[in-house]
Amino acid sequence: MKILAVCGMGLGSGLILRMQAEKALKELGIQADLEVADIGTARALASTADLILTSEELAQQLVGVKPRIVTIKNFIDLREMVTKLGDAIDRS
Amino acid sequence: MEPSGLNGHGSISSLLPDRAIWIGADATDWRDAIRRAGDALIASGAVTHAYTDEMIATVESLGPYIVIAPGIALAHSRPSPAVLRTGLSLVLLGHPIEFGHRTNDPVRLVIGLAAPDDAGHVDALASLAEFLMDDVRRESLLGARDAATVRSLVREFENAAAAAEAPA
Repeated sequence: MKILAVCGMGLGSGLILRMQAEKALKELGIQADLEVADIGTARALASTADLILTSEELAQQLVGVKPRIVTIKNFIDLREMVTKLGDAIDRS
Repeated sequence: MEPSGLNGHGSISSLLPDRAIWIGADATDWRDAIRRAGDALIASGAVTHAYTDEMIATVESLGPYIVIAPGIALAHSRPSPAVLRTGLSLVLLGHPIEFGHRTNDPVRLVIGLAAPDDAGHVDALASLAEFLMDDVRRESLLGARDAATVRSLVREFENAAAAAEAPA
């Protein structure tokens, strides 16, 4: 499984998403590759991913991509990440 | 994420000098709030004035996604000639400001991030996220009255993290 963490510039909030996702995956006992992308390249990279992690604002700019999009409201809330990531992986 | 560089290169404290900490800053709107974070990065020598405009332009083009948690904005743009070196700034607003975020408004803390490349800030940003995830530390930071309090909260966190990493 490959997860793409998408943020505006590819070096701020996306890094925090990746870090939180790493923790969440460990807790869920799931193996996955995590990659960070900025919104400019995310659409092109989307076809290589099984799941996209991003904010609600940026998700609106990714409408129509193939992978399921998981939106995170609070980037420093590990519970939100574990719950949403777990649900999305169960359903995919 | 590798916890390397705690208290040294790549730590929060190494990238956040006192001049980059501003408590009780006044801002009239979200652009102004980002300007304060830019001013603090300029004061510490991390960026030139142009970077502040770049941080504002990021939100103008992509929206308020930089409000990453309730009350907390991570203002930044991409590497550019306006970035002189890796740096963080920390601005506690005197009055909360609306950024237009659906769930995380209003913003009380603006963190400025300047990165000349895509690697030098990674450890510090990861540490900062760890710091903010801690409810007690985060609330203490949001209630800080001066830069010295911020400094000691960061030091305390980094020392605890370093102790946790040290071999038993």
